[in-house]
Amino acid sequence: MAIHLQFALGSILTLLAAALLGFTCGQHSSRLRRLYFVLIGVAGVLALLAGLGALNTAGPVSVELPFGLPWLPWQVRLDALSGFFLLPIGLVSIAVSLYGPGYVREFAHGGDPLAVLGGFTGLFIIGMSLVVLADDAFLFMVAWELMSVSSYFLVAFQHEQAANRRAAFLYLLMAHIGGLSILLGYGVLAGFGHGFDFDSLRTAELSPLWATVAFGLAFLGFGMKAGLVPLHAWLPEAHPVAPSHISAMMSGVMLKVAVYGFIRFVFDLIGTLQWGWGVAVLAVGSVSAVMGALYALQQNDIKRLLAYSSVENIGIVFIGLGLSLVFLSSGHHLLGVLALVAALYHALNHALFKSLLFLGAGAVLHASHERDMEHMGGLLRRMPWTGLFFLIGCISISALPPFNGFVSEWLTFQAALQAWHLESGVLRSLVPIAAAMLALTGALAAAGFVKAYGVAFLGQARSRHVRRAREVSPGMLAAQAWLALLCLLLGILPVPVINLIDAVPVQLFGSGLEQATAHGWLWLTPIAPETASYSPLLVLLALALVGGGAYWLLKRFGLPGTRRADAWDCGFSAPDARMQYTGTAFSQPMRRVFRPLFRIDEAVDGEGEGRRYRLQVSDRAWALLYAPVASGVQRAARRITWLQSGSVRAYLGWSLATLLALLWVIS
Amino acid sequence: MSAASWLLALLQALLFIAAAPLLAAWVKRVKSRLQNRRGPALLQPYRDLRKLFAKESVVAHTASPLFRAAPYVVFAATCLAAALIPLVAAQLPTAAVADVIVLVGLLGLARFFLALAGMDVGTAFGGMGSSREMLVSGLAEPALLLAVFTLAMSAHTTNLASVIDYVGRADFALRPSFMFAFGAMLLVAVAETGRVPVDNPATHLELTMIHEAMILEYSGRHLALMEWAAQLKLMIYGVLVANVFFPWGIATELTPAALGMGLLAVTAKLALLGIALALSETVLAKMRLFRAPLYLNVAFLLALLGLLSHVILEVGA
Repeated sequence: MAIHLQFALGSILTLLAAALLGFTCGQHSSRLRRLYFVLIGVAGVLALLAGLGALNTAGPVSVELPFGLPWLPWQVRLDALSGFFLLPIGLVSIAVSLYGPGYVREFAHGGDPLAVLGGFTGLFIIGMSLVVLADDAFLFMVAWELMSVSSYFLVAFQHEQAANRRAAFLYLLMAHIGGLSILLGYGVLAGFGHGFDFDSLRTAELSPLWATVAFGLAFLGFGMKAGLVPLHAWLPEAHPVAPSHISAMMSGVMLKVAVYGFIRFVFDLIGTLQWGWGVAVLAVGSVSAVMGALYALQQNDIKRLLAYSSVENIGIVFIGLGLSLVFLSSGHHLLGVLALVAALYHALNHALFKSLLFLGAGAVLHASHERDMEHMGGLLRRMPWTGLFFLIGCISISALPPFNGFVSEWLTFQAALQAWHLESGVLRSLVPIAAAMLALTGALAAAGFVKAYGVAFLGQARSRHVRRAREVSPGMLAAQAWLALLCLLLGILPVPVINLIDAVPVQLFGSGLEQATAHGWLWLTPIAPETASYSPLLVLLALALVGGGAYWLLKRFGLPGTRRADAWDCGFSAPDARMQYTGTAFSQPMRRVFRPLFRIDEAVDGEGEGRRYRLQVSDRAWALLYAPVASGVQRAARRITWLQSGSVRAYLGWSLATLLALLWVIS
Repeated sequence: MSAASWLLALLQALLFIAAAPLLAAWVKRVKSRLQNRRGPALLQPYRDLRKLFAKESVVAHTASPLFRAAPYVVFAATCLAAALIPLVAAQLPTAAVADVIVLVGLLGLARFFLALAGMDVGTAFGGMGSSREMLVSGLAEPALLLAVFTLAMSAHTTNLASVIDYVGRADFALRPSFMFAFGAMLLVAVAETGRVPVDNPATHLELTMIHEAMILEYSGRHLALMEWAAQLKLMIYGVLVANVFFPWGIATELTPAALGMGLLAVTAKLALLGIALALSETVLAKMRLFRAPLYLNVAFLLALLGLLSHVILEVGA
């Protein structure tokens, strides 16, 4: 067995040990708790090594595990695509292992059972790793369900609050509708491929119509898990209520596992690609990106804001995938590969900066017990390191150079700008519109994160808890520092990263993106050096040189120093914390401009002194999609209540009738 | 890429940075003349900068370290953006370091820190300025990118020097896509540089401020850097409009005669643009804030029309 596959299986075994340890003695002693997180960290390192090994190995390696059904043992296979998605699992697990000991300490004193948290976290990561490694539909679905169900317990961890229970139930429900859809998708493939292992599914000869049915089911199922609009509404409910390091795993890693499933299903298993799919993915991705960014801008709960921004980033990943489908299906192989690489790069970036931001939000929550940004303010001076790392996360996610978010959006733009290669005029005009949506998304995301950082970390503290916040423990800072460093490295060294990712298209389609990295490690040239080139390291150096040079010159020759005084504020009375711009005020102009896209409930209640301003911005998806479905289900349920007569004889009669009907269908 | 061309690129960048206050002074002076005033001398911004650099910087008690770091980041990012733009000569090696999307990204980085600095002290005006700035730029940046994409798709490159080269080489024809992109670019340039009718750089009324509200708390050298960056931004958009859409006269070879010609040409073009800007600022009134989105939507639609007319009408033909 190849060494990197051994690493992958070793990672799963380590996680199993960690989960057992978590379940049995989660809350006994702090030493065991530390051992638990060491095990998670070891598993993370092993997963990372396995992923890197797979990306540096020419072909896939596989092994049969002695579990599963008698005629269908579990098949495990590690190729470049699986390996690539092991990277976010490993990187974020390492961060969680550093972060966890400090963060869960507060749960140890409360009534919340740490055993549940520890045990299910282990199972959750096992589930995600197995999804990525599975080589047959059966193991894939088992692992998928393991991932969904164990994360349900993590979402429901703080179940004393009714809102959390409701979010967890919604999460479970949506996970299962999505799972059903994926199962049916595999069913369609298996019907034509005569077998459940991926090799048989690959050889399935599907008619274009059945292929589209399979694609639609997979898109629905994986898109639901990934949080694409309009099915996203569960995501901002469920992700924020979990403990923060779990939120980081769910938004940072689990959504990537859904992206993996989609890529595996569509790019690898189905076979012939159709351009119509590309258009559908492109459209849904663009709408998700813009809507996610707009809704994120309107949130005042910092973790909800981050969750909506996940919708946006998944949208960007799907824009890349849609472009790739469009180009691949119309025969522009190289451009399709470029768009796929851009999407994969963004998926990895999002795993890093979203985990970083969730860990930062968790640190704030830990230090101040506050999630509402309207009560925060001035945290940068109280928690300087968390503030610095959160700032790096904000710059990265806003796609600003020289950090990593910019590189992947830049690559996506470069792919979109090659739309003139397309023969069809319709496609040629659709792709630029997607690029326009992506441009709008970037600007809106920047506005959202100026709001998040400005309201939470800058200005003056708006509440007592926040005024007394102190910097968190070194372990929690180390986790954030690790992710922030990766954000910077992936931003300034894109060429080595693309060299790694390149193994994915090479193994999927037989050729990669050699030209992007052909001009040395310093120069990123996605198509050709004369078409576009970017050297982020030089940009960073020049920035440091000019900024540092200006600072040095002013220090050297500038005569007077700096004096501290009260804020000027145009000479009005001394500003206090309540006079600051709030988050609600910050986003008011955007709310007004994009009013039709929100459901806004705004009013002034009461009279005289007791007047209260009330504002609630809610998601249109609830009213447009979720509520009708829910009420439809209830109506249907009421319709068939007459079946419930209370008489055992009637029930037996129904059973018999069902049995007969089934027998008739089978024979 | 020889050392000489890198040196030339550096000199061009320095010239760009040094000349930026002059353009601002020129616009102010023309505007004053149009209003029957004499106006300040052309060297006045330089004197202002010198005075500010020599003054003590007053920082609010409530300010965080970000407040003091932001001017350097804003200035550096804007300088770097300026260095990427061909001013006198087109074929310089800086264009390979970063293309036009990176240029927009650098301006975005500067704006990000500017808006954060506005919120840092925790005053009402600062937050108001940041919120409005992010609204205006949030709508303007996509329009800018689309206008740029139109050119980039025509030239099949996002390398700014190559785009200019392409436009300069092409036979002069009124392409619909270029006209739309040009219109969008003009509207965006006015909005992004904080000029009338979106913002008024000379306003004294805090409630109507956008850019000025964000830098209210700055003084001394920090204010000087912020002001210089704003002047640079005006010059960046001016040169973009002048050299990308009308690349006449720009030096395509590195001989002294061509470079001199390029310098003359760009000076003349910028002087004309400055007059046009002063004229439009004199005849137009500042819009209410909530008219600005409408204005920017026009820019966005123009840019989108430009891109679509390119991919539909011009690619196949």
